[in-house]
Amino acid sequence: MAALFEGYTLCGVGPVQNSCNLGILGVEQGRDNDHILVTDSSRSITVYKVSDQKPTASWSVKQGQKISCPAVFNTQSQEYVVVTDDKVVRVWKEDDVNLEKAFKATVSADVLRVLSATDVEPVVLFCCGAVRFLDSLLASPQQPIEVVLAEDEIIRWSSIVKAEHQLVILFSTEKRGEHCLYVQRFNPNTLVKHRFETEPGLSAPISFSATCRGSNIHLLYLYLNGSVYESLLPLRSSSTGAEGVQALSRSLCLSLPLGEEKLMSGAAVVLDEAHVAVVGFPHPSAGACKDYLCIWNTHFQTLQASKEMAGRIYSKLWCYSGKLYVCHGKMLSVIPFECQKSSLAVAMGKLKEPSQSESKSRSFASSWTAQSYGDVTQATEIKSRMSTRNNSNAKSALTVEQLIEHIKTNALEDVQAEVCEFIRRTPQADLQLAAGSVALELVSRSQKDANFYPQCLFLQLLETRYLCYSVCPELLSLAMVKKDFHLCQIAFQIFSDIPEAVTCACLKAILSTPDSEMETVNLDTGSVLFMKELTQAQSRSDEEGGQLNGICPTALENDVSETPVNKLQRDPLSLDMSCPVGLHKGALLNEVLQTAYSDRPLLPHLKDLTVPQVIVFLQYLRFLYFKYSHDAHKQIQDLRTPSISQIIDWVCLLLDAHFTVLAVAPEAKRLVSDLHKFVRSQVKLYAELGKIEGSLQVLKTSKQSEDFGMYGVQVIELF
Amino acid sequence: MSTDLTSAMGEFKVHRVRFFDYMPSGIRALAFNRDTERIAVARVDGSVEIFHSSDRCFQEKIIPGREQCGIEGLSWVGDRLFSAGLNGGITEYDLTNQKVKYTTDAYGGPIWAITGNQQGTHLAVGCEDGTVKLFEVIEDTIQFERNLDRQKSRIISLSWHPSGSKIAAGMMDMIQIFNVETGHSIHRMLADRGVGTSRSKECVVWSVVYLTDGTIISGDSVGMVKLWDDQTGTLIKSHNVTKCDVLALSVSQDEDSLVAGTSEGTVVQFQFVSMVLGKDDKEWVRTRTFKNHTHDIRAVAEITTAVVSGGMDAQLVVRPLLDKIEVRSVASALRKIHFPHRRLVTCAKKSGLMLFQYTGHLELWRLGETEGKGVPGSSLTVKRNPEKLLHLKVKGEDHIRCSAVSPCGEWIVYSTASSLRLYRLHCDNNNVSITKISKLPKVLSSANQLCFSSDSSHLFSASTQSVHLVSLSQSGCKFVATLKPKSGSHQAIHLLAVSEDGKWLASANNDHEVHVYNLQTRKAHCTVPVYSSAVTAMGIHPTTNCLFMMHADQQMFEYSIEHKQYTDWSRMVQRKGLHHLWVERDTPCLNVMFNPQNPSHVILHDTYMFCIIDQTLPLPDNKTQFYNQLTLKSLPEEQRKAHSHAFKVCKTFKDILCVEMMSDQSLVVVERPLEDVATQLPAPIKQKKFAT
Repeated sequence: MAALFEGYTLCGVGPVQNSCNLGILGVEQGRDNDHILVTDSSRSITVYKVSDQKPTASWSVKQGQKISCPAVFNTQSQEYVVVTDDKVVRVWKEDDVNLEKAFKATVSADVLRVLSATDVEPVVLFCCGAVRFLDSLLASPQQPIEVVLAEDEIIRWSSIVKAEHQLVILFSTEKRGEHCLYVQRFNPNTLVKHRFETEPGLSAPISFSATCRGSNIHLLYLYLNGSVYESLLPLRSSSTGAEGVQALSRSLCLSLPLGEEKLMSGAAVVLDEAHVAVVGFPHPSAGACKDYLCIWNTHFQTLQASKEMAGRIYSKLWCYSGKLYVCHGKMLSVIPFECQKSSLAVAMGKLKEPSQSESKSRSFASSWTAQSYGDVTQATEIKSRMSTRNNSNAKSALTVEQLIEHIKTNALEDVQAEVCEFIRRTPQADLQLAAGSVALELVSRSQKDANFYPQCLFLQLLETRYLCYSVCPELLSLAMVKKDFHLCQIAFQIFSDIPEAVTCACLKAILSTPDSEMETVNLDTGSVLFMKELTQAQSRSDEEGGQLNGICPTALENDVSETPVNKLQRDPLSLDMSCPVGLHKGALLNEVLQTAYSDRPLLPHLKDLTVPQVIVFLQYLRFLYFKYSHDAHKQIQDLRTPSISQIIDWVCLLLDAHFTVLAVAPEAKRLVSDLHKFVRSQVKLYAELGKIEGSLQVLKTSKQSEDFGMYGVQVIELF
Repeated sequence: MSTDLTSAMGEFKVHRVRFFDYMPSGIRALAFNRDTERIAVARVDGSVEIFHSSDRCFQEKIIPGREQCGIEGLSWVGDRLFSAGLNGGITEYDLTNQKVKYTTDAYGGPIWAITGNQQGTHLAVGCEDGTVKLFEVIEDTIQFERNLDRQKSRIISLSWHPSGSKIAAGMMDMIQIFNVETGHSIHRMLADRGVGTSRSKECVVWSVVYLTDGTIISGDSVGMVKLWDDQTGTLIKSHNVTKCDVLALSVSQDEDSLVAGTSEGTVVQFQFVSMVLGKDDKEWVRTRTFKNHTHDIRAVAEITTAVVSGGMDAQLVVRPLLDKIEVRSVASALRKIHFPHRRLVTCAKKSGLMLFQYTGHLELWRLGETEGKGVPGSSLTVKRNPEKLLHLKVKGEDHIRCSAVSPCGEWIVYSTASSLRLYRLHCDNNNVSITKISKLPKVLSSANQLCFSSDSSHLFSASTQSVHLVSLSQSGCKFVATLKPKSGSHQAIHLLAVSEDGKWLASANNDHEVHVYNLQTRKAHCTVPVYSSAVTAMGIHPTTNCLFMMHADQQMFEYSIEHKQYTDWSRMVQRKGLHHLWVERDTPCLNVMFNPQNPSHVILHDTYMFCIIDQTLPLPDNKTQFYNQLTLKSLPEEQRKAHSHAFKVCKTFKDILCVEMMSDQSLVVVERPLEDVATQLPAPIKQKKFAT
């Protein structure tokens, strides 16, 4: 869990010149954790002691001069560094009062920023992309600066990342809509250019945050559409930069919810490996207002803490030593926060123990020395090995991606052959992952293409048992549309997570399909056999008992609602034991009866059944119930058959869902009263059984206590 | 009766006797002495028992009660024990001699409560007339000091503030706090009556506890445990514990735990714990409920590591508090004490008679006779039913302390606290008559333990520290000698054992000392090294004259009287250790017997089993199956030898009061099934259960 604590205002923000630029150039770490260096875009630099909320020192430049980059503190020399008017580097100490009297040097090219990290020499980043250490630059200020970037390429963002023995400068550029990331490493000096993956409709990343964890730099960047992506960059360079532009692989780690309002800006900063602070994006439950500071957990995509910020939030967010610095309204606020490891994440092993510094605000290290070359070559080797392995895999068989591509386009026969082959060849573990995507693709093709319906493939995929309803929800509805009851039956048997709505839809489809059509369907033989057994037992007992009511089971199928009038005077307890539905329909209904469900969600959907459907279904349930009560011993044990309690549960549900209908509908009257009579007789029977059980229980307990009376003589033997 | 029944090694004819209608008396009061670790228990019949809480709760002392002596409260003052009852008197007990020391009338009508202060200087009693009377405890006696302000209703319960300056008194509908100095009431706190129909009934404050921090805790007839502040006299908190009465309260020594006994038979524990971990903000919170009783719990006591409770179902339950126990051991097991740790039955071995000792009378029974033989496991047909020969009522109000029947069946003796009576029995065919022996020697005025020699020619009567030897003859009895140990404690003798050949007598006292006397020289012969646990039973072997002793911690020792040292077997037992299942049994062995046919056999029994120890067989180690009778039974005979060990335990019988080996090799097992006891108890509070 993470928490945001009560914040406080550090300072006011000067008058804003235009709406999208705020009065603060930057907030940088001061000489220790409690000091902060705020560079004002009007002409002053102020040092604040955060815990006291007080400025401790302030310097400003002369009128006419302009501070062009945030001031930084050089921890090695205990000096402040700032650049004025793009070219003048000024260096001064804490006790220098006048900035004009401080050391100045004019360099030959425009400086973009001075980047500083603890215990390393500050790095000067020029607008043209060149990089110099500050000490070497000041040694000969007029040294020529090479031009790295193209002519109209502009640096949008830059950052310095320091790990134990490595210093990396990251900056992103924009050139006519193309966005690139440059990674500058030192010793050896390498500059690698990466291209951001672009998608239609997705503009440039609007906010970056880089941290170093383990041997990788984790670069997190935020797009206006709310996606937060993460890219991993190795700390140590694996190439010399000669390879040209590399694509930056990325993974989506968070999708922020968007409000209705169009967003213009936003900022995100990494707090630790699982938490990200975001401003400028709306709170998911607070409506359109976007003046929130939120902490999100990227592992579980959950909002962990939020805080409403008064006034407009500028998309600037800094994080130093456990505190967030947010500009909002006319002030700069400090908000302390705390991120605890989610215990679930620990339990699931998702969160590794941090081996090194977690965020850039906390990245301290002893010293930065030259890096050994061995590591570079090692990393290259690993990379090349990995690529060859991928190739060999691709040659041997179709990958899932390839297969999916083929499914999209190839002919039915080809697809069938390929998928069969794929299922046969893929190892179980991989198949578990692939089966779902293959099924999804097959279903979507089938939905688009009326002639494309590979039933045998679906059955085969089902048989792998790696599918469940949630993996491929469209499969059942597709089968319903195609009237493929066989597939439905198998799916009912295998899926354990069919939603109640779908169960009811299937039930409705089954009940509405005429029996004549049903009988042609090829069904699982076991279930049909069971139905045959049930109905045959019926006809047998009819014959044996001489109970000729003139109705053979098959003749009754379609006209169940018309109860013969001549049976009105019959014995109230004699049972109508004819099966109201055909064998195949019965078999399918049995599958429905055995699905898992919860009664509360099921009830509203059950109400969708029409009156005739309800009556047929209830008749069938009654048939089963009578059957079970009378021929319990004849049940075929080893088949998948609905249990008596399942049947009774469904009867209850159906009565609950259609109580009024059954009370009003004239055709239901006889059915309900029959059922009632039978249930009443059963209740009587069980009441009697209860009594017998009690007596038997007493007999059993009384047997245990042997009574010797007051006196007895026994012979015992000890061994 | 034929002796060939016992031809097989371990085959016995057993007389299973269930007609001893022994009824344990309900427990009325408990008091725990932390310094000596003794629990004093007062029963409804007026008897007071002392249990040693750290010696497996062995019942060390029994002070028999009297008719019409209802004890209402017990209190330790130092190591002196006082009781008070509805007869209006305060009684001090002489624990060394196990008798009442004196009784002083408090002149306040029936006394409902007695409690001593922690300083050990004063006793306070709460009387029917509404006074709290203070008695000063002085050497050898107590002296009335003064009354506190008299109240309108009776004083039901009392509790001293640990400082001794204030007393809380529970009464009808209220609690009063008295300043001991002035005797005036400081606060009066009203206890609410119940709601509904019980509105009209008075609320009886059955129990109060005064804590150091000024909190007063009360338990009342409405079923509430209430916490009061003595500064303001206000209710702090109340817990509804039961629908019936809360009859007893007890607080632990460090005042962090409180137990309440209810008339539903439950004990409810409260603990003084901080609501937030690590903070000092503590509150009394109801934590646990124990249900070990079927009837009213009249008394509870929180001892160091356990809760002791007793009530109308007559059992003493020692329930360990597992959070206070560091090492789980036998000592920390739940213990239920149903029967006294003394023998209430003596058998005339040679004539097949049994003497049952009730509180106020004796019964003499003759065992039945059978015919024929039976295979093991079968019951024999009873040719002649057992017969009650005698019902002997005690003269006077005192209850019987001990009794004995001689092996020949001719003599019966019993003793109360004040008198000893010896009778001679005449039995010709169906006519039974007894004659009381008059003119007893003076030394036979009262006895702590009685025993006859095996030839019935002598009677041994243990008084406090000495044993008097009296010879018996047709003409009467004659004092022969008094056997005294050379040195030792003054504690009373509770066990006697005489050798078959009449040469040796052993006595054991409450300081765990066992003295052996030579009956020929009538001198003390030796003293067995004192063991840390009490002797619960002992016997002298008929052929080897070794003294076999059982202790409360289930250890056994065999001591050769002739060589004045432990036998090799005993040393081996101590070296190898006993099986853990043997040591973990929770009732003491109450009799040691020997089988004349098998000199290597020692027979022992406790409440749940009897056992033959075959000294020739190897001892079981902890890996051996201890209860192996069923296994052995299923094995063919030739393999049994390899699997058997020294302990042959028979668990066929339960709730055993006595096992005795008769002269004809048959065993008498006197059982008192607890179910039978339960049916004779008064009905418990009716509790509505579902569907009843």
